[in-house]
Amino acid sequence: MTMTMNREQVFEQVRTVMVDALGVDDEEVKPEATLMGDLGAESIDFLDIVFRLEKAFGIKIPREELFPAEAILGNPEFVNNGRLTPKGLAELRAKMPHSDISEFAKNPDMSKFGDLFTVGMIVNFVENKLKAA
Amino acid sequence: MFYYSWVMRWIWIDKFVEFNSGESAIAVKNVTLAEEHLHDHFPGFPVMPECLIIEGMAQTAGILVGEAKKFKEKVILAKIKKAVFHNYVRPGDSLRLSAKIESIAPEAASTTGTVTCPDKIGNKLIAEIDLMFSHIDQNLAGKEFPKENFVFTDTFKSLLQGSAFKTVKG
Repeated sequence: MTMTMNREQVFEQVRTVMVDALGVDDEEVKPEATLMGDLGAESIDFLDIVFRLEKAFGIKIPREELFPAEAILGNPEFVNNGRLTPKGLAELRAKMPHSDISEFAKNPDMSKFGDLFTVGMIVNFVENKLKAA
Repeated sequence: MFYYSWVMRWIWIDKFVEFNSGESAIAVKNVTLAEEHLHDHFPGFPVMPECLIIEGMAQTAGILVGEAKKFKEKVILAKIKKAVFHNYVRPGDSLRLSAKIESIAPEAASTTGTVTCPDKIGNKLIAEIDLMFSHIDQNLAGKEFPKENFVFTDTFKSLLQGSAFKTVKG
């Protein structure tokens, strides 16, 4: 089901998903809000969010597409002492074109990786999937 | 011996009346004054606690999800997405717990469900309960968990085997 949605419409759907999955208010779901830090999402919530996004937009979201960290974390070429190597950063950029990692790149501490998951990043991800569909 | 009988009692559904592997299932739970907790909840006005209704749905939906994967993985209740209650459940009520698989992925499954009481006038809607289950082996491979953490004891498998329904063998 491909439909032409503008960014505003995508954002509204994503916001509904976040409100339903995380039990937060509409106003809390701002583009810069982080899913874990600001909205209190936990790992099981991510799976719930993926299911709801798939349903809302008629897209399929393979786990590795939204969460490439798992493949990256295990690889010593990409992560050294909890920080991303230049190779790791390049890999992250390639795997997450929907995310602005410029700030994270300044200090690529993997314990802060979660901060990349903002509402805006999810909106970008969905937009990319809809364009590709 | 004591442990075994304690585990035997934590079962909040009595039988399956419908079972469509990988899709949906309906279980029945009869509420009886022989259930000890009802005399405290509440004295003079026994009602089935909502958390136990949720547990019944978790068992119905959990077995549905587990059987869909031939019980190869441990299934645990991870999130109660929605639990809305519309009416009380009283002793003598016969509950019908109907669960449907909404999505199923390697690491989790999502179910929707309703609890009704067909005997009551108008086939009363008791509750709407949507759940999320996690498949443990896909998420926490290698960790050891005590046996009682899991939905599937042999009691539950025998509920299915004892019913008339053909399930996936294995």
